[in-house]
Amino acid sequence: MLELREITKRFAGVPANDRVNLTVAPGTIHALVGENGAGKSTAMRIAYGFYGADSGEILVEGRVHRFTSPHDAIRLGIGMVHQHFMLVEPMTVAENIVLGLEPGSPFALDLKSAEARIRALSDELGLAIDPTRRIEDLSVGQQQRVELLKALYREARLLILDEPTAVLSPQATAELFTILRRMRAQGKTIVIVTHKLSEVLDISDEVTVMRDGRVVGHRRTAETNAAELAHLMVGRDVLLRVVKPAAQPKAPVLGVRGLAVTFKGGEKRLDGVSFEVRAGEIVGIAGIEGNGQTELVEALAGLTEGGAVSGTIELDGRSVAGLSVRQRRALGISHVPEDRHRRGLLLDFDLQENAILGADDRPPVAVGPGRFWLRRDEIRRKTEKILAAFDVRPPDPERPARALSGGNQQKLILGRELDLQPKLLLVAQPTRGVDIGGIEFIHRRLVELRDAGCALLLVSSELEEVTALADRLLVMRRGRIVAEVDPETTSMEEIGLLMTGGSAAA
Amino acid sequence: MSILLILLASAVRQATPLLLAALGGLYSERSGVINIALEGLMLAGAFTAASVTHYSGSPWLGLAAGIAAGVLVALVHGVACIRFKADQVVSGTAINILFLGVPALLSGALFQSTGATPQVPQEQLLPIAPIVLAFLLVPVTWYVLNRTPFGLRLRAVGENPEAADTAGVNVARVRLAAVLLSGALAAIGGAYLSIGQSSLFARNMTAGRGFIALAALIFGKWRPVQTMLACLLFGFAEALAIQMEGVSQVPVQFIQIVPYVLTIIVLAGFIGHSRAPRALGVPYQEKR
Repeated sequence: MLELREITKRFAGVPANDRVNLTVAPGTIHALVGENGAGKSTAMRIAYGFYGADSGEILVEGRVHRFTSPHDAIRLGIGMVHQHFMLVEPMTVAENIVLGLEPGSPFALDLKSAEARIRALSDELGLAIDPTRRIEDLSVGQQQRVELLKALYREARLLILDEPTAVLSPQATAELFTILRRMRAQGKTIVIVTHKLSEVLDISDEVTVMRDGRVVGHRRTAETNAAELAHLMVGRDVLLRVVKPAAQPKAPVLGVRGLAVTFKGGEKRLDGVSFEVRAGEIVGIAGIEGNGQTELVEALAGLTEGGAVSGTIELDGRSVAGLSVRQRRALGISHVPEDRHRRGLLLDFDLQENAILGADDRPPVAVGPGRFWLRRDEIRRKTEKILAAFDVRPPDPERPARALSGGNQQKLILGRELDLQPKLLLVAQPTRGVDIGGIEFIHRRLVELRDAGCALLLVSSELEEVTALADRLLVMRRGRIVAEVDPETTSMEEIGLLMTGGSAAA
Repeated sequence: MSILLILLASAVRQATPLLLAALGGLYSERSGVINIALEGLMLAGAFTAASVTHYSGSPWLGLAAGIAAGVLVALVHGVACIRFKADQVVSGTAINILFLGVPALLSGALFQSTGATPQVPQEQLLPIAPIVLAFLLVPVTWYVLNRTPFGLRLRAVGENPEAADTAGVNVARVRLAAVLLSGALAAIGGAYLSIGQSSLFARNMTAGRGFIALAALIFGKWRPVQTMLACLLFGFAEALAIQMEGVSQVPVQFIQIVPYVLTIIVLAGFIGHSRAPRALGVPYQEKR
């Protein structure tokens, strides 16, 4: 269906793709995997006509084509679903889908016929998308299905999905995969770009691995396994399992009793939550996203927006409920937020500035009366220390945070928060958008931190991650803690049932 | 009864130039380009229309010339903002300041005056046409925005240009068309002032109407019908102030400020919130 031959692409002289060869057989689901920056997105953007290749050939159904823009690719039946959706939020599904390809005359847009066609396409795949609804009223999973419909409406026979599961909950991911299998059954060809190995093994027929701009392997999925793929991706053996000694919990550090967060109209997104976290243990929170985990972490960190917090929060037996974020941090609460772009970093500021966020009023960085002066040499020293200790690459203190990959951004945040030597670390989605090498590193540091006597509260929508890391696991549903389980002895299925409230896990 | 009728008729006349400029601004801003230059565009239209009518004796020719002037000035704004990604507020402000001066300069050269054009005879003034046009344009604009491919692209480009780009829409072309349209409409509004409501161009005769039109546009949440209502409200206050001059105990200024106070209250979010097109003011950098 699609073949890339010896594709080379350089950005400012640096090769992003170096003689890439890729063959996608028709009617298959082909996974393209690699670490961040391995060149997989670049290769796919070339296949979609978004970038021109410096050299090499693109073959579609056995014939060589030159692409000057995505139009050429669309005409040949190639569609792409971008990682960040290309949708206009206040417009309807149908308006988004026909945009650029409007049916009717220049004086009268014929949305009715488009809506009928979209309904038919949606029904065929069981997508349950109403073309008259507005994008902003749809869930993330539904928006992704609109993107799929957009490609299908343009009669795509080959669909490229760039990191389609990065923004999805486990349930929405499962639903997406069901849809992709249906599309394959209809004869469509699908390329899925990802770095999550479990997904590769779950969905794909074939897999191509890239590293440093080159294709380093091609396998039939049935004939490979996670360890081999990880080795190909990273170039060395990777520990996919977390190895940790038994926890040695000491005195309670965090005590939470009857915690509730109430929003306008009496809506309780967190209700009657009580638990404690001891020094030297990791308490995990499992649950489907949107069941109060975010509100819990925000309430503990002092970041609740637009809601009223009630109940007790104690750190070392002292109430911190009414304290500001800065006061809580000064007492030893650090926070690795779930959305690092919104809360973790100032993307356009350099690494030095990001490395002292929240420590910018403490010596040795801040000195003088009122801690008025910032010492540039100390900032630089501190930054270099964090970059080295947490293996942030490239370790250039003057680069903007935006220039780092997701994994390196996360390592910088973790480094900054741990540098404060917290008693309690609140860590949410620590490895979201982080590649395998980075995941291994971050997991190891979290366990080391535990063993050094810190109390950790870990929230993750990756069930495998929380069960592997947590010493005790709390399951949340609808703003409440519905169970405490031992992650060693409880099966994924049981936890899944608790998360969904007994109904079969979707 | 008759006094009320006179008041309403006056309100419609006062609202007309505001509505034309505001609808112009609507096209530009819904496409994502801030058009703070409405004031300058109106002045360009007003001065050109009055001058050409004076020479040709035809208000229609004058109107056409005024529109041409508006489009030309809008082209400058459009090229600066779209092609060269200039700051849209700065470009608009520059045009506003420029057209405070340009008519004065030209009228000095052409008519040996310090900013006014000679009087145009009564029979050479524009009839009721601009008023009809302005109010007719309200449903037309609604239709264009919501029922034509151009309108769909315009809205898409103003909300999420990247999405429009990947769907094959030429963002720059749509935006430029919208900005030129806004130049034409604002210029008609200006021409109505100089060769409709009065009979000559006087220095700075728009007296801030371009900004009021902008306020009406925001008050009207960038939607045609609501924008018209906002213009009528502002027009009514203006008409009331004119009628009450010398009659009322209350200083007219108090009546004149009512709509503006209202605007500030609205913008401060007390009465529903007004959401601007998401990409408003953000230049779009094409990929590749």
